[in-house]
Amino acid sequence: MPEARPVMQTTRTGAPGKRSLRSVLASFEIDGRLLGMVVALGIVWVVFNVMSHGLFLSSRNLWNLSVQSAAVAIMTTGMVLIIVSRNIDLSIGSILAVTALVMGLLQTEWIPNTLGLGLNQPYTWIVAVVVGIALGALIGGLHGFLIAFFGIPSFIVTLGGLLVWRGAAFALVSGRTLGPLDGTFKLLGGGPQGSLGETLSWLVAALAITGLVYSLLAGRRRRRRYGFPLRAAWADVTLGVIGSLVVAGAVWIANSYPWPKVLAAAYAKEHGITIPPGGLPTGIAIPVLLAIGIGLVMTVLATRRRFGRYVYSIGGNPEAAELAGINTRLTIMKAFILMGVLAAIAAAVTSARLNAATNGLGTGAELQVIAAAVIGGTSFAGGIGTIAGGMLGAVVMQSLSSGMVLVGVPTALQDIVVGVVLVAAVGFDSYLRRRRA
Amino acid sequence: MTDVPRKPLVEMRNIRVSFGGVHAVDNVSVDLYPGEVVGLVGGNGAGKSTLIRALSGAHPADGGEIYVNGERASITNPRDARTYGIETIYQTLALADNVDAAANMFLGREITTRLGSLNDAAMESATREVIGRLNPNFHNFKVPVKTLSGGQRQSVAIARAVHFNARILIMDEPTAALGPAETAQVRELVSQLKAEGIGIFLISHDIHDVFDLADRISVMLQGELVGTVDKQKVTKDEVLAMIIIGKLPAEVSKSEMAELIT
Repeated sequence: MPEARPVMQTTRTGAPGKRSLRSVLASFEIDGRLLGMVVALGIVWVVFNVMSHGLFLSSRNLWNLSVQSAAVAIMTTGMVLIIVSRNIDLSIGSILAVTALVMGLLQTEWIPNTLGLGLNQPYTWIVAVVVGIALGALIGGLHGFLIAFFGIPSFIVTLGGLLVWRGAAFALVSGRTLGPLDGTFKLLGGGPQGSLGETLSWLVAALAITGLVYSLLAGRRRRRRYGFPLRAAWADVTLGVIGSLVVAGAVWIANSYPWPKVLAAAYAKEHGITIPPGGLPTGIAIPVLLAIGIGLVMTVLATRRRFGRYVYSIGGNPEAAELAGINTRLTIMKAFILMGVLAAIAAAVTSARLNAATNGLGTGAELQVIAAAVIGGTSFAGGIGTIAGGMLGAVVMQSLSSGMVLVGVPTALQDIVVGVVLVAAVGFDSYLRRRRA
Repeated sequence: MTDVPRKPLVEMRNIRVSFGGVHAVDNVSVDLYPGEVVGLVGGNGAGKSTLIRALSGAHPADGGEIYVNGERASITNPRDARTYGIETIYQTLALADNVDAAANMFLGREITTRLGSLNDAAMESATREVIGRLNPNFHNFKVPVKTLSGGQRQSVAIARAVHFNARILIMDEPTAALGPAETAQVRELVSQLKAEGIGIFLISHDIHDVFDLADRISVMLQGELVGTVDKQKVTKDEVLAMIIIGKLPAEVSKSEMAELIT
């Protein structure tokens, strides 16, 4: 039998001294699985870096990796909640396609031609995004309604949705490709123009670090007010320092990736600036900032709001949640609405990045997103999973696939590796959980 | 049955519940007065839990009426029951295993800040206080209740039922998972709640438990009410006869009683 879990009762202060790794981790009150994933991701990165002779950990590759992960990460935040509530959503790739096409049609045909307002109006992008999100919410709501109020299993409803909305996407444009898209809308996809640049990126870093320090301090104040044991001061300080370093390091990497030379020259000429010797710093890409923002909002929703608490309780024991007076049906429906909204946001990012919308967009996205959520520690038994873990899972998946491309692994072998890693990760996790229990 | 005529807290009249043609509860009427414990006994499948699930809103009745404080009550789901001040400790405990004690205690009734965020610290503080009174040995407030012992889990379920100023408490096998010391605490709690004027329906297999705690005893057999008797006026053997052969004390012949006792 493993020893009993440490019970937090006494106030812990002072230096760590000679203590087991486990008790040091306990002082930080960090999820051990999340830490394990960060370590695993670090190993993957280092191995690919060695195999690619230093290409993988270049600022350019890391910047690209962040942009490529964004759309899947955005959808994974919703999928975590769906799986936590003991459901599944197989339709998100098709929702992505349909919403991307409607947004594309608005930009390329409906606003400029049907309404005769012309291309590249200042409001075009926001109208497109709002309509796209509303459509995503509507489709998600329809799925959620059928699942929650008619009792049709989510696997079936969303499998139907996968077919229906993919077909609808094709019918909507008869298979045409829509593009180019609105100039402002395009910024949502990243690229040098769709990035924050050096100054704004540092400003974001400063805000993030301030927020981190504030939340640590607020946590201490709250615990003190209720007379609860405080996390050891050294642990809080360490957390703050590590967190700040990670934020600053990430922004430094994003800033050290310069604009491509031709683009930079054109931009400099247009705006009458001189290019610094190291090139024009790109900074954080807008889709990455969007994904991080959504991750924060979703984390708050999952852990600090009633909705999240209900989703987790339903996943833990649906009958108990119902008996506790929770409106479980409405909660499930809300989760699917949220998933539809996130698929629409991912649709905006994906189509903006390609500067085109096609009916094939998002094919297979549901599998990538489910895999990311599961690699990130979300349990299909329900009730267990974190937003941060899921997003980290998305980065792990993307690191694997783009790393293998970089190293030159044949396409067939890439799929085999991803599949094996998925099963192995989940197998290892449930082995650990059994041993701990 | 009571000496002073008072208004009953709960009256369930002619309750019927059927599952696909099977009458799990057939035309049963029971009532409950303030400060009273009514024991509900019967063998397996007698319909005790089904009757009580109609009152708690877990499975609404197909027929019959429920009156709370003399007024007709419409209870179609657990939320309705809670608005009438009816709290239930289920046999299964009905806990969400993956969240901690405070989250379970306030499930569906979370304390929030002005901005609508969960106030976990306030909930944990209240939970520590309530559970601390029920079970002083309970310290694991930060872990999922899945990792707790049966007795500790029961403490959480009981704390949840008593914290929200229930006027009517339903306890379905409340001591099933408890050791002797914890059982004694529950008994003490029952007397304390009685003194506060709360009415309690106590369901139990254990006739000794019921005899110790209840004022009146309602016996069910095969979905029907055998009868309700005053504890002072019957013996355990007579109640046993009601449970097993479904006859009231006056109806049982000497030979039947002799057969039962041996």
